[in-house]
Amino acid sequence: MMKVIMGNHALSYGAKLSRVQVIAAYPITPQTQVVELLSEMCANGELDAKFVKVESEHSAMAASIGASAVGARAFTATSAQGLALMHEMIHWAVGARTPIVLGNINRAMGPPWSIWTEQNDSLSERDTGIMQVYCESNQEVQDTVIQSFRVSEKLLLPCMVVLDAFYLSHTYEPVDIPEQSLVDEYLPAFNPPYRLDPDDPHTFGSLTDSKWYYELRYKIEVAMNKARDEWKKANEEFENLFDRGYGLVEDYKCEDADLILITSGTITGTARIAVDILREKGKKVGLLKIRVFRPFPIDEVRDVLGGAKKVACIDRNISFGHSGIFFAEVKSALYNNSNRPPIWGYIAGLGGRDVTPETVMEIVKRTEESDTPEELIWIGLKKG
Amino acid sequence: MRLTIPEEEIMSPGHLACQGCGATLAVRFVLKGLGRNTIMSIPACCCTVIDGPFPYTAYGVPIWHTAFETAASAASGIKAGLDVLGRKETTVLAWAGDGGTFDIGIQALSGAAERGDDMIYVCYDNEAYMNTGIQRSSATPYGAWTTTTPVKHPKNRPKKDIVAIMAAHRISYTATASIGYPEDLIKKVKKAKESEGTKFLHIIAPCPTGWRSRPDDTIKLAKLVVETNIFPLYEVENGEIWKLSKKSKGTPVIEYLKLQGRFRHLKEEDVQTIQMNVDKEYERLLKRCNESSNQ
Ligand SMILES: Cc1ncc(C[n+]2csc(CCOP(=O)(O)OP(=O)(O)O)c2C)c(N)n1
Ligand code: SF4
Ligand SMILES: [Mg+2]
Repeated sequence: MMKVIMGNHALSYGAKLSRVQVIAAYPITPQTQVVELLSEMCANGELDAKFVKVESEHSAMAASIGASAVGARAFTATSAQGLALMHEMIHWAVGARTPIVLGNINRAMGPPWSIWTEQNDSLSERDTGIMQVYCESNQEVQDTVIQSFRVSEKLLLPCMVVLDAFYLSHTYEPVDIPEQSLVDEYLPAFNPPYRLDPDDPHTFGSLTDSKWYYELRYKIEVAMNKARDEWKKANEEFENLFDRGYGLVEDYKCEDADLILITSGTITGTARIAVDILREKGKKVGLLKIRVFRPFPIDEVRDVLGGAKKVACIDRNISFGHSGIFFAEVKSALYNNSNRPPIWGYIAGLGGRDVTPETVMEIVKRTEESDTPEELIWIGLKKG
Repeated sequence: MRLTIPEEEIMSPGHLACQGCGATLAVRFVLKGLGRNTIMSIPACCCTVIDGPFPYTAYGVPIWHTAFETAASAASGIKAGLDVLGRKETTVLAWAGDGGTFDIGIQALSGAAERGDDMIYVCYDNEAYMNTGIQRSSATPYGAWTTTTPVKHPKNRPKKDIVAIMAAHRISYTATASIGYPEDLIKKVKKAKESEGTKFLHIIAPCPTGWRSRPDDTIKLAKLVVETNIFPLYEVENGEIWKLSKKSKGTPVIEYLKLQGRFRHLKEEDVQTIQMNVDKEYERLLKRCNESSNQ
């Protein structure tokens, strides 16, 4: 069924179709509609789930972990300050190997208060071990929730589905909402190998000294590493059933490109328009969208970028004292590769500042005209 | 009648609140009571926005915007810093909504109160998360509609008794107030300023946007909520002495409920349940007051 829905509701529909059993969430702009629709679905009986209206995001994640630990499928959603408050429990969800799916609406961190999009909130969770997928359209948001449960439960790792504040969260787009039976075929019921169960008692998370802690971290990395293949497999089967799919990355007009742009989230759609305009002018420009950020798609990035003469990365985020975060990740992926094009790093659109096709074309122009790569270029900065 | 309300306006009229906003009157009255030598710690809430966007500010005293769960802990730090710097005369005002007080901020508030950190903590209560678009909080009253307590499943638990919780910390002064009774409110603000340690004021602040009420009914509602005993005005000293500030009128709750869209779905028996609960709570309060006056 096609329905015109907002990005936030695409998260809610994804959760509903995944037959989530426990939702523990706390409201925050611009996430509120996710929770409001789910709460309505629970109240209507449309969704047979227990909605825990917790008193903070820290508790939202702690409650989701508890639910997952007994074997219930758990979902939550948040943004910015809320995600930061969850941080301790995101580490916990990973260490406890509870496959929770978390929707995060990218929003700039305070102070000063801002409610507009920026990726520093989700990217601050980079090293926790939660998987991260950045979405470009509402269809992708809904589908990624379903895919995430599948991959997460296979690997026992939580996953964050990320979308831009307002540019996606509040934008209405037509979304194909599939038949429940088809989703059921794709996503089996959650059945973890271990759980809190008086019939089979285990203790989880007890004090573990240096003899074994190290190995437990290794197991998380093994799962993360496997996740690359699991995402591919999950996507192939998704394509078979639903006739659409998404890769770890998505390349656009890259085969013969001299200059390849790198984007994530909604800037991708804008950059695609810029690429089309530039192609019409005879410029060999391509675009690489990074969709799955954790695990990082090292092979795909090397494959696509290897043939380019120049690469320009657009980051709606900043690791202060270093560079854009996608830039740093891409650069490190290329370092040990034999084909290693130079890469320019651009910061753009922080705090929701609009990134237009003109912005992207300015980035292309600047990269073309430059001989030595610059790593930290603030595009469109006001004086003062 | 002698006017007790200070004439000086500290808050400026140019602000971003909705029409008929009770929270805005609460800021205005409390600042009148405290004067300019005040620093405010404000977590995420409607009052963050009401103050105005950068580069504007309406409140007229230094404002420290802080994270949602940290009204009290930020205030504790501000006070400690001022003390060390020898600026002991400045009043530190932690200013949070019901969500920032009853829910996400209660840990920081309880910590400050137990330590007795010198601050006035005001919870202006509009009975839901209004800033994010009317979601329930643990201050949302029984039976009310919010976006997370839809009409089919309205709030089915009573409001948390925050005053009793704060009184149980045995802080020097705890009181309720209503923007419908500014003289009483400002008197309590001044009393709080003169008391030691942590002081807690719980101010009911009607919100036409979230309560689905008429903006010009705000004052009426702020009076009715007291007259119906839904939100009685009282003080608690040192967690022990409970004193009513206003005699009950015992107006039926329906007079208050019927002016608000958030209660429109209620059936007669729901209204009866609310009346019964209010009567019971009020009895409990009277008992506390009587017991402490007999001590
Ligand atoms: C950690 C965190 N979680 C959630 C939010 C989003 N948020 C901002 S204000 C608010 C509700 C405030 O409710 P209340 O304290 O009752 O004040 P009101 O807006 O009703 O005046 C919420 C949920 C936030 N800013 N930070
Ligand atoms: S939503 Fe309510 S509390 Fe917030 S500014 Fe409007 S009237 Fe005031
Ligand atoms: Mg409130």
